[in-house]
Amino acid sequence: MKTKEFIVTAIIIVVLLLCKFVLPKPIQFSPTISWIVTILLGLVFAFIFYLTIKGKPVERRIVFLLVGISLVVPFFMQFKLPLKISPEVQQVYDKLASLPPGSKVLASFDYDPPSAPELQPMAEAFVKYAFEHDIKIIMMGLWPQGPQQANQAVEAAFEENPALRDQVKYGVDYVNLGFQSGNEFVVLRMGESFKSMFPSDLNYTPYDSIPLLKNVSNFSNIDWSINFSAGKPGTVEWIQVAVDRYNLPMSAGNTAVQAPMVYPYLNAGQLLGLMGGMSGAAEFEKLTNLPGKATTFLLSQTFAHVVVILFIIIGNVAFLRSRKETK
Amino acid sequence: METFGIWLAALLTIGIISFLYKDNVLYKACESIFVGISAGYWFITYYWDNLYRKFYLGVTDMDNPHRFFLWIAFALGVMMLTRLIGKIGWLSRWPLAFIVGATAGLYMMTYFVSNAFVQVGATIKLPPDFGSVGSYISFGMIALGTFSGLVYFFFSKEHKGVFGGTAKLGIWFLMVTFGASFGYTVMSRMSLMLGRLDFLFGEWLGMIN
Repeated sequence: MKTKEFIVTAIIIVVLLLCKFVLPKPIQFSPTISWIVTILLGLVFAFIFYLTIKGKPVERRIVFLLVGISLVVPFFMQFKLPLKISPEVQQVYDKLASLPPGSKVLASFDYDPPSAPELQPMAEAFVKYAFEHDIKIIMMGLWPQGPQQANQAVEAAFEENPALRDQVKYGVDYVNLGFQSGNEFVVLRMGESFKSMFPSDLNYTPYDSIPLLKNVSNFSNIDWSINFSAGKPGTVEWIQVAVDRYNLPMSAGNTAVQAPMVYPYLNAGQLLGLMGGMSGAAEFEKLTNLPGKATTFLLSQTFAHVVVILFIIIGNVAFLRSRKETK
Repeated sequence: METFGIWLAALLTIGIISFLYKDNVLYKACESIFVGISAGYWFITYYWDNLYRKFYLGVTDMDNPHRFFLWIAFALGVMMLTRLIGKIGWLSRWPLAFIVGATAGLYMMTYFVSNAFVQVGATIKLPPDFGSVGSYISFGMIALGTFSGLVYFFFSKEHKGVFGGTAKLGIWFLMVTFGASFGYTVMSRMSLMLGRLDFLFGEWLGMIN
């Protein structure tokens, strides 16, 4: 290990140990400190801009570091961001709110832990709202870790509102059918019979022994469905098979990277509402009056966006300058 | 045990993030652990979900009149493994042909209906709120974007004059689409990083309220 690398590693370890064992916790900046930190970040960018104009562009590690700082620092700030509800998220909420108590909702958790920061807040808000309004949830996943994410959402709902732990019964108010491999073929078969794809639930309880599934044989017995998706198989496959073939009313929550691909389906009326990325999740949390992680994360994401935009501008300045020098 | 798990997850996260500084031994170790665990996880998942739950429970369910079909699927699965045996490796082409055929058959219809038929219909159809200024602009943009985009992908005529201008407009629409997609992708990647940083500073260091 070279001396420079050794020093960097040592600094990181010391800083982390200080954070872990010495600093008082939790840390929260006052509004004044928050503003000072923001202004300091702005000054750093002004300095980087100055260096770029002078022909001394910063190295990529500084970019990574500043993006990291812009993501972390807002965790401790107290700024409140105004949040405007987009029509597509409003549509999801309206559909959910219009369901009478006892309605059966099919929720497919088609994502895994890496996409959880965006999708889990949506899932948690949905599950909490459904439990509090006596909406029955049939959970499943086309991704192996999806059903575990569903269980985490249930656990989060119980932690948030401990009274639900006694009120909501597994098998009666919600059920987790687990994962099934086969991508869109699973959805296709479910159109004929849920049982053919899920002979038992996640705990190997036979399908016919689960009270909630007594009168549920296929999509025609489902009042509404919601899909939390991070890719393939996900929302697109559900639309192609369940919505367009079996007329299942469906809304979706997608990762931001997937949302642009899903918007055409929303505009064509194949999808009844869409929550896209962290902002979609934060809007949904606001509508359901259940603020969670997405609302907290939104400030970090906004800071990071500003940083990325500033670096794009700085990068273009550096490019134009180098082109001028080449000429 | 939970504390140990959190420390382990934190150290592995730091190991992966350390790549941003430079490729290093800690990163390589964390990457190998991740790949190994992923492979093991998938194996176990498929074993319990396919071989046990779908196949074993299926064939032993005497009330299921279609249980014998599962043996066909099982045979196809075994044939897939013959790829590992040189002389009879050609047998693996059969299950592969089955998968390709079935998938192509399904996709042909689903993509035609959902991605072509319905989408073309939605482009032609007037929006429900047609009449407001916003709807005129929105509808006009969709019509213009679709038309100019299609012109750009029409290569049988040279892109010159009015035709070339329309194609250029199509490129602009495509660029805006790619830009929006890039913006969303950045947002998504930031969210992934946020998840890990929240874990490090929240669950591990306990610094977040």
